[in-house]
Amino acid sequence: MTLGTTIALLGQLTDIARIWYALPLLIAISLVYGATRHERAKEVLIHAGRFLYWTFIFFGIILGLVWFGGYWN
Amino acid sequence: MTEVVYELDDGEQLTVELRDPWFAALLAWLWPGAGHFYQRRFAKGFLYMTCVLGLFFLGVLWGSSRVVYASFKKDDFRWQYLCQVAVGLPAFPAIVQAIVTRDGGQPLWVIAERYPEIVMSGSGARVVLDPLSYRRLRPGESLPPNMTSIKDGFMAPPSGRIDLNQNDVLGTWHTELGHFFEIGTLYTLVAGLLNMLAIYDAMVGPAILSKEQREKLGKGKPEDA
Repeated sequence: MTLGTTIALLGQLTDIARIWYALPLLIAISLVYGATRHERAKEVLIHAGRFLYWTFIFFGIILGLVWFGGYWN
Repeated sequence: MTEVVYELDDGEQLTVELRDPWFAALLAWLWPGAGHFYQRRFAKGFLYMTCVLGLFFLGVLWGSSRVVYASFKKDDFRWQYLCQVAVGLPAFPAIVQAIVTRDGGQPLWVIAERYPEIVMSGSGARVVLDPLSYRRLRPGESLPPNMTSIKDGFMAPPSGRIDLNQNDVLGTWHTELGHFFEIGTLYTLVAGLLNMLAIYDAMVGPAILSKEQREKLGKGKPEDA
């Protein structure tokens, strides 16, 4: 593996690592949105969990599409 | 005293005391969660405070406090601040800084000071008047004589003229902070948007759907709503 390839791969890893910045954001959004729809803590947490789950799936699909689209570059 | 009553699926009645809704909304805006504390909805108040302020301060930290500023100039219309100000008091220093620096004044709470780089060449010393090359003063370092500095203030708009075709202080911030400028902006912006939901919750109570409303929307379980 050449130095250039290694640097390019490391660059890609850094880009992937940046996705983690979305995690606190998604957790906070899920909890706050759940809290606006329920009053009891248990229901808020269930709603937040489901919201987070579906958001991950949605983002996963988008990520997959973008990744797939990258092959045309 | 205002209260809302919800008929829950398990047959139980849930009463939410909103006390004075407008005052609660004002408190919820000024300090995330405060409106709910006033309504004695402590768990929710704590949740809103943790989520909203957590995101906001994390964004401010990552953006080195430069991502929250109020500027509505032609070339630097900071529309993001309109969302960030929904966090309330924590975003107010930006308004103070905008007023103080409006007519070219120096910002308060200076966090960094820059001065032009001096380049030595064959013909002598030359001052490079390019903000991108402005060197930041190190702690304990003093400004060279006869030199004006550019100051970055806490939540202050970028100093000097904003020029889209030239290097300016805003461009320097982007260079220095890299992707943290965008991430910090996003976090603080989302914090403001989430607090808008919290303010609404403090004013009218949670949007709990009744069984009939859910059936109308075609949703089964309460958590689907």
